[in-house]
Formats: sequence, structure tokens, C-alpha cells
Amino acid sequence: MEGNFVVSRRMIDAFDVSPSDSEEAHVLAVDDSLVDRKVIERLLKISSFKVTAVDSGRRALQFLGLDEEKSASVGFDGLKVDLIITDYCMPGMTGYELLKKIKESSTFREIPVVIMSSENVLARIDRCLEEGAEDFIVKPVKLSDVKRLKDYMMREDGVGSESSRGGINKRKLQDCCDLSSSEPSISSSPSSSSSESPSRSPTSSSSAPSIPTPLDSPIRRLKMTTTDLID
Amino acid sequence: MDGVVQLQKQLVDYTASLFHEGFLDEQFNQLQQLQDESNPDFVVEVVSLFFEDSERLLNELGKTLEQKTVDFKKVDAHVHQLKGSSSSIGAQRVQKLCIAFRNCCEELNTEGCLKCLQQVKHEYSLVKNKLETLFKLEQQTIAAGGSIPTL
Repeated sequence: MEGNFVVSRRMIDAFDVSPSDSEEAHVLAVDDSLVDRKVIERLLKISSFKVTAVDSGRRALQFLGLDEEKSASVGFDGLKVDLIITDYCMPGMTGYELLKKIKESSTFREIPVVIMSSENVLARIDRCLEEGAEDFIVKPVKLSDVKRLKDYMMREDGVGSESSRGGINKRKLQDCCDLSSSEPSISSSPSSSSSESPSRSPTSSSSAPSIPTPLDSPIRRLKMTTTDLID
Repeated sequence: MDGVVQLQKQLVDYTASLFHEGFLDEQFNQLQQLQDESNPDFVVEVVSLFFEDSERLLNELGKTLEQKTVDFKKVDAHVHQLKGSSSSIGAQRVQKLCIAFRNCCEELNTEGCLKCLQQVKHEYSLVKNKLETLFKLEQQTIAAGGSIPTL
């Protein structure tokens, strides 16, 4: 266990594996836009989340205690973060860079990270998912997008997360392509591998035997994970 | 009681017209759903932030485009922000113009950008006017004892 953080008590809280259902989950929201911060904060609160909203990746890392230069700020002690939702395009550190930093941290890599972006670019979505993002929400963010976040909170029992393993924002995918028109030959194993492992298995799915699709990997992944899991 | 009914009808009709004419889109509805007794001024607050933010950005855009050498990256960054915030509150016409604006930036077209800026400024002031009128109507309706009908 790395004990390099200034506030070790917070680190112990982060490892606490007994989330009480009666407590509201705490979301750290990151967005450089004031308007968007206000909206996401309200969306989250109305969906019964506790919210901390910050305006940059830097501040998010500081809040988590991951910023090398500054240690965790006073007053945020003990507040475990259950999910991080971040904008992609931000000056300084992008949401993608923030995602990477979080996934590189042994303390915080288990925290689900959701990316928001106004740009519906498959390559971008894929990069984020490959890096371990749970989901990618196309802005403007709606109430239904935020309600889905609850699915990512149940990671520890592994139960809730399975049904949403293919939980890539379907609304966005339907914009990108028509799933039903892809080739039928995805009969190879990947669906079983994804239902076994509770944590991300996108890499194992996408390295499955050659799938003759020109489509981007999140869509392949979605097809594989939803074969068994959804109806 | 007639007065309240009249006001409410006016409010409903006016709101509907804003959607019909494309000033506002579905996202504005989303914002209205987020308003309740615990947050009765949510929409006004967000829209006010949008006004402040937009005015700052439009100002910056004017300045940036006036420079001898135009920094198109900067212009694009500002337009991107404006596009984002207008999208977040449902100001559809402004958002759409921002998309065209970004194309001019990509083409490094100063003339085009200046035209776009004029258009965005125009649309922005239109939607600002409309929203301020809407909020006034809401205030009047509430003051008369009515409630804001949800469409």
C-alpha cells in the first residue's frame, strides 16, 4: 500500500469497502465552463448525489490529493469520491489526461470515470474507453444520462455493473451507426469473458479473433457484451 | 381569476413560440425539469450565467478578430465555449451559428469570421430578449397567483 499521500486518513477511507446504501454517493464533477458546472451540479443533486464541482483537471487532482505540487486542500478530508465525471475539452489538462492520471493511481484507479464531450467523435470515444472510462456522454447532458450513473456505483458487488458493462451511451451510438446492420459473425467467446471479470475487460474483447467490421471498437465491444447480457 | 388564466395562456403560448421558431430546443425543457420548490430560480440563474459568459466571449471575439494577426486558435476556443454553453441551455440558433463560425476559423477566414460574429451577436441579442420576456411573463404569472405551467 502506497503511503505517499499527505492525508493518509482519506486514503483509508478510499479503501473502505463498505459503501452504505443510505449515504448518497459522492460525485466529483470537472468542467471548465461555469454554465455547464451549474447544470451538472443540479442534475447530480436532483439525482440524489452529493456533488463537488471543480473547474479543472488540476483542481480535481488536488481534491483527490494526487497533485504532486499541492496536497489535498483543507476541508475535503474524508470525503470519499464514488465517481468522477469530467468534460473532455478543457484548457490545461484535458479530461482524457485526467482519466489517465486517475487510472495510473493505485489509490484511485477503481473510481469510475465518465467523460462528457460536445463532440461525438468515435476515435475520441474509443480512446477514452480504452483508457478505462466507464462511459462517454455526449453533451448537452440530460437527466437520463445522469440517472444511468448509478449503475457504475455498484462495482464492488460486481452485480450491478454486469448489466451495464455494455453501458456505452446508446443514444450516442445510435447516432453513429446502426448496430443491427453489422455482420452477424460475432459468435466467438468474448461475451463470456466480459461477464466473468467485474472490472474493465474492453482490451480482451477487442483483441478477439478478427471481426470483419470497419466499425470502431466501442461498437464491437458493445455488440459482444450485449449478446448475452441484454435480452 | 381571469387575469391569471390569461397570463398563464400567454406564458404557454409564448414559450411554445420560442420552441417553434427554433430559439430554444429540448435542452431548455431539461433545465425546466430541474427547477422545483427547493430551487425555484434555477433556470433564471443558469440563463443569467449564460448571458454573462456569452457577453464576455463575444467581447473577446471582437478583440481577437481585430488584431493585425488573427489568432484563429484563440477565436476557435472562444467559439467552442460559446457553442457549449448555448447548447447547455438550449439556445439552438446561437449554437448552430457557432458551428458555422468554427468552420470559418478552420479556413482561417477573417472576413468570414467577422460575418459570423455579427450573426452570432445578433442571434444572441434576440434570444436574450426572448428569454428576458419569458422570465417577465413568469414573474407576472406568479405574482398574480398562478403557477408556471409545464409544457
